Amino acid sequence: MTVVVAVAKRAAIFVVSLWVASVLVFLACSALPGDVAQVILGIGADPASVDRLRTEFGLDRPLIIRYGEWVGGLLTGDLGDSYLTRRPIGPDLAPRIGVTVSLVVCSMILAMVMALLFGMHAALRRRHLDGFLTSAGSQIGLAVPAFWAGILLVVVFAVGLRWFPAGGHVPLSRDPLGWAHHMVLPVVSLTIVQSAVLTRYVRSAFIEVLADDHIRTARAIGWRQFPALMRHGLRNVAVQVVTVLGLQLASLLVGAIVIEQVFALQGLGTRLLDAVAQRDLLVVQGIVMLLVLAVLVINFLVDLAYLAIDPRLRTPGGTR
Amino acid sequence: MKRRTALGLIALTPAAAAGLFGCTPDEVDGDPNTSLVVGATAEVAMLDPVINTAAAIPQALLYNCYETLVKLDAENTIQPLLATSWDISDDRRTYTFHLDDRATFAAGDRPVTAEDVVWSIERGRADGHPSLKAELAPIETVTASDEHTVTIELKQPSNLWLLSMTGASGIVYDSDAGVDFADSVAGSGPYEVTSWAPGADLVLTRRSSPWGETPFFTDVTFRYFATPNPENAAMLAGQLDILSSVQAPQALPQFEDPDRFTIIEGTTQGEVVMGFNNAGILADKRLRQAIRHAVNHQALLDTVWAGHGELIGSMVPSTDPWYEDLTGLYPFDQEKARALIAEAGYDGTPLRMRLPILPYATAAGQFVASQLRDVGLEVAVDELEFPARWLDVVMGQFDYDISIVSHVEPRDLVKFANPDYYWRYDNKDVQRLVAEADAGTEEEMVAKFRQAARIVAEDAACDFLFVLPNLVVTTPDIRGVAQDVTTLSFDLTTLSREA
Repeated sequence: MTVVVAVAKRAAIFVVSLWVASVLVFLACSALPGDVAQVILGIGADPASVDRLRTEFGLDRPLIIRYGEWVGGLLTGDLGDSYLTRRPIGPDLAPRIGVTVSLVVCSMILAMVMALLFGMHAALRRRHLDGFLTSAGSQIGLAVPAFWAGILLVVVFAVGLRWFPAGGHVPLSRDPLGWAHHMVLPVVSLTIVQSAVLTRYVRSAFIEVLADDHIRTARAIGWRQFPALMRHGLRNVAVQVVTVLGLQLASLLVGAIVIEQVFALQGLGTRLLDAVAQRDLLVVQGIVMLLVLAVLVINFLVDLAYLAIDPRLRTPGGTR
Repeated sequence: MKRRTALGLIALTPAAAAGLFGCTPDEVDGDPNTSLVVGATAEVAMLDPVINTAAAIPQALLYNCYETLVKLDAENTIQPLLATSWDISDDRRTYTFHLDDRATFAAGDRPVTAEDVVWSIERGRADGHPSLKAELAPIETVTASDEHTVTIELKQPSNLWLLSMTGASGIVYDSDAGVDFADSVAGSGPYEVTSWAPGADLVLTRRSSPWGETPFFTDVTFRYFATPNPENAAMLAGQLDILSSVQAPQALPQFEDPDRFTIIEGTTQGEVVMGFNNAGILADKRLRQAIRHAVNHQALLDTVWAGHGELIGSMVPSTDPWYEDLTGLYPFDQEKARALIAEAGYDGTPLRMRLPILPYATAAGQFVASQLRDVGLEVAVDELEFPARWLDVVMGQFDYDISIVSHVEPRDLVKFANPDYYWRYDNKDVQRLVAEADAGTEEEMVAKFRQAARIVAEDAACDFLFVLPNLVVTTPDIRGVAQDVTTLSFDLTTLSREA
């Protein structure tokens, strides 16, 4: 029963957040100076044809009507048509979602694996030189901007050694090997910072757990340190790490926008920047809502993950 | 009919010809010898040139997939393409085009007929982008006289109309194709679009039997890069055969190794104009003249664009037939500038220089501002996001005194005949000359445009900083890349690879 209530509560928060986000996104876009009719007509335009085009797009109608129309479309899964291309936005974004998602998911998985390995190592060997070096390495990784790492990787591995392409994307469905080949450098540059951040959290979570009573008890009854950690520590660490992971996923989405620029990947970020520059507002609103949705879904899943990881939260009055 | 071979065959050193450039570009399925990968900026968002006038569409499709009745060649003269010849009536209002009876569309090798021409022009007039509609506006009627003859009746004589028919306005579409032109291409050119990954690349494949001359390359991939650095890196990494335009000349030294790269340098249609608001403080001609005298244009070009590009004295690139060297009209002369400013009784009100955030504009703006301060003019510089905010403030609200932007449309001298344009330059003589140039014979057009360009320059309606250079980088084995840009097309039909 408690589980059902908890899930329902989270779902309600989810819907309200989405609605608030839609209002904010719409208002922010409407407040941007400049308009799409002028951008479409460009430097050669005369003011009369700009006005005509604005009327044609319905941009001269009141905000509330345009908001209602937009949200009505969203509810039926229709993001509207781009002003610039006059094409539906959904099908235009679909292949770009693939680019951004593969970038983010690959980086997340790689960062997670590296963080667990390095974080545990840094925690268990924290009083030794190698553990200290791992810890110091993660500090340096934190300080490296992803775009700078990307540029360095291009200079060394694409222009210098020519092991990997300098940019571009091949759809996974067209050529899996080519896809992987093109993804290596962007994923690595995004992973460097992410794994460093996660390593710090994994390390401190493990150090905390190592001092816990139940680990000491496990050691006392004869468990060796590593198996004890695996059996009794990992689950406790997981709650903390999942929290950070949720937050980091959101920052990964933002980082992906920058990395897409460095590697000429035509993902959501690149499209978003173009659309903002051209004031193709329905595209901007569509992409931002997708990103909001992604972050909310991630948070929702994180909340559910707590329930799965920590049985105490499933009982009435359970606290964490 | 004969397809013209473009200018710009670049001589090669023997070492370069030795074929040391073993880096075959990736993502090419066919024979690497007859496959070509072209790097381009500004991706293709959709494929219909009627609805979207983004330059990326004609760059890839015009003359390659789509053909027009007439074509503009590298010397800026009108040549036959789908029409072998055309007659002009004595009153210059009726054009009769005779279609090449060999011409066929890619789909099923169906002949190109007069009906297709009528259908295409009517589609543009009905559904076209406002600027396309404006180009087609002089047309009164378009009729198919017989299967291979089209008669177009104009409301008034117009040379500019015929010139615009060499571009997107004049494309003849396959009226029978039944496709959505937004994501499919159905034309009569030697290439067909075989794959399009929006935002990433566009792949053209040669038709099995093109009706005209057969181009060298069988597969051509346009790869799109939103920003210059990844594009340069891709060229350096050997992923591209051609870098279709180097965005900033500061990037050129990377490509200096002649064993790996050939640099082709020519001119574009992009005049970098320092626009004056002729209805504000700068309504005083003496102040405008003072500004022109105060700027050292050669030093500006050297500083801002590494000396690449061409100085011009008016709104005409040197490739236009009505070009005249007017760079000597306002020599760099600070004393004269100070005298003119004093004569105008300038009271120290700062001139608002509002620049679009574009590499050449912000750099040139800082340079000019410091030179204007040297002669005693106050300048307040601010930078505006381009395109949206700049268009809104400068072109929409005329809220500026000086701005800098490049005007890339061909024959944009005519903008000086529009007093509502953002320069707000109202000169009856220029308006009359431009109208007469449009209506007259070809010789009259050249003479009148030349006169108008001279008045605009003498009047210091604006200052003309330089023409942006056309900078192309290729691997040394590529031949036939046009040196100068006269149209929006990246013409693939003239290209080849030396064995």
